[in-house]
Amino acid sequence: MKILTANRLSDGIAVWYADGGWAETVGQADLAHDKAAEDRLEAIGAKAYANNEVVDVNLIDAEVVDGVVEPVRLREKIRAAGPTIRNDLGKQAAQAA
Amino acid sequence: MYRYDEFDHDFVQARVAEFSDQVQRRLSGEISEDQFRPLRLMNGVYLQLHAYMLRIAVPYGTLNSKQVRMLGHIARKYDKGYGHFTTRQNIQFNWPALSDIPAILADLASVEMHAIQTSGNCIRNVTADHFAGAAADEVADPRPYAEILRQWSSVHPEFSFLPRKFKIAVTGAERDRAAIQTHDIGLHLKKNAAGELGFAVYIGGGQGRTPMVARKIRDFLPEADLLSYCTAILRVYNLYGRRDNKYKARIKILVHETGVEEITRQVEAEWQELKDAELKLPDADIRAIEAYFAPPALGDRPEGDQAVKLARLGSKGFSDWLDQNVVTHRHPDYAAVTISLKGIGEVPGDATDSQMEAVADIAAKYAFDELRVSHEQNLILPHVARADLKAVYDSLVDIELATANSNLISDIISCPGLDYCALATARSIPIAQEISLRFASLERQREIGELKLKISGCINACGHHHVGHIGILGVEKKGSELYQVTLGGSADENTSVGEIIGRGFSSEEITDAIEQIVDTYLGLRLNPQEKFIDAYRRVGPAPFKEALYAGEAKAA
Repeated sequence: MKILTANRLSDGIAVWYADGGWAETVGQADLAHDKAAEDRLEAIGAKAYANNEVVDVNLIDAEVVDGVVEPVRLREKIRAAGPTIRNDLGKQAAQAA
Repeated sequence: MYRYDEFDHDFVQARVAEFSDQVQRRLSGEISEDQFRPLRLMNGVYLQLHAYMLRIAVPYGTLNSKQVRMLGHIARKYDKGYGHFTTRQNIQFNWPALSDIPAILADLASVEMHAIQTSGNCIRNVTADHFAGAAADEVADPRPYAEILRQWSSVHPEFSFLPRKFKIAVTGAERDRAAIQTHDIGLHLKKNAAGELGFAVYIGGGQGRTPMVARKIRDFLPEADLLSYCTAILRVYNLYGRRDNKYKARIKILVHETGVEEITRQVEAEWQELKDAELKLPDADIRAIEAYFAPPALGDRPEGDQAVKLARLGSKGFSDWLDQNVVTHRHPDYAAVTISLKGIGEVPGDATDSQMEAVADIAAKYAFDELRVSHEQNLILPHVARADLKAVYDSLVDIELATANSNLISDIISCPGLDYCALATARSIPIAQEISLRFASLERQREIGELKLKISGCINACGHHHVGHIGILGVEKKGSELYQVTLGGSADENTSVGEIIGRGFSSEEITDAIEQIVDTYLGLRLNPQEKFIDAYRRVGPAPFKEALYAGEAKAA
């Protein structure tokens, strides 16, 4: 499975494509289960990049754990949570609060 | 220290205005990311995993208290309350919004700072010995020459689009504290038999995926010829350096592929065309820049000896710190102080906004308003009266920056690694923290003695692992982090590249492996005075391999 991720142009914050927009957390990201869905996400990413909404657009591997979408690779897990050494920073900070 | 003249002010202000306009046009969608990326990189703005990152230049690592206070202000107002001091004596902020960067740059310009040429294929921040102007062993302060190089290299039209980035370091002492042999150009300021100042010139050092120790191409270059000779080197590199392959584009590859004799011949031939023309530095110009770096008026403070003696008796913490973090100054009543940014279990090189402000206050009160950033990611107070050392120590204790570990195993250089960096393949900071915690006991660290441990989270080697006595390189293997260990590297006047000791270790195994290496060293050293690096050079890798892997061979 794949999800679409990028960084928001204005502040660089990591975002994931979910439910017709760019979400600041990964959990509800739109999943692509097949090639056609991947192409659809890729086209959305290309358009958002061209529209100067986001930069560094990528399709990444994801899985669903307990009903929540999670990236597979460590790099993407860290993007989705924040630095592993400071849980007061990044997305995890808001979730802990 | 150096003060901007009218030209510098205008130049930096003009750049702030220009880049602010570029940011506005980017945010409004007038220019695309492809158009903007090279512009933002010229101004130190990267995109990392979580956000943008802004790298701010600290020329030759020198700061005054006003500048450090401004860095604290930026950390608090625009970032998340901290900054990260880097191995190139710079500072970077990890969370700035692009839309805030024009305001940050305007704030920086108000204290004579900027982020120009902290990225891109140009001549980067020129680095220097962090004890410059204070060290008892230097022939002269290397920073005036670093400043001359900074002025010459700033938006140099010929050298703004080199095959790859280009780094210059200068030291003024035999003992190299600026790692000059790991730089594209390394300059060793020295005196010839006639007592004249000049440089031994090294080229082609570097780390990254192909580490190389620089080669000396000239034993003595008169100071007046600094710019013409560097221009000759850059011209040869700009002409012949490879642009077809990013990984072979640094001058080290050109030196290696061309051969040092031939490249020296090319540089000397080019130099013959340049040496007696407008790049020759008039003595008056050198002396004028030098005057900016005139040492503060260090009045005699002979009461220091007695004060230190008494304070030692009253505080073991002070006594330990004095032994570890305070070094001799050329003036006997003074000392140079290392403020460790390597608290046990902390993130190497990070300082909070309030720590920066407090350190600025200490510098203003006790250190003639001067601070340095070392390439080992610590801060330095270069001139402190020995009589004031206890007061400085007490102030540092208050802000938790009095860890007595300079040059010990917990004084670790670490890149940001996969916790922040878009290029990283593994985390480095948590490994540094775990090793630091494992060796937390100061008594144990001092028993081990001088040991430079350096960690990089990818092959680009920002954490200098190749030249660590113990180096750790984090890579990704089959989806997991794997840590390769190199031994025997060194970044001083006897620079060497460490050797890979064997198979890598998982994140769970690496700290045990480091401990095993250290214990092996303790078991084989001739006496406590034999440092790790000297013992390694004497015995080679075999005993360490045996300790780390013998069990496996038998089991197999």
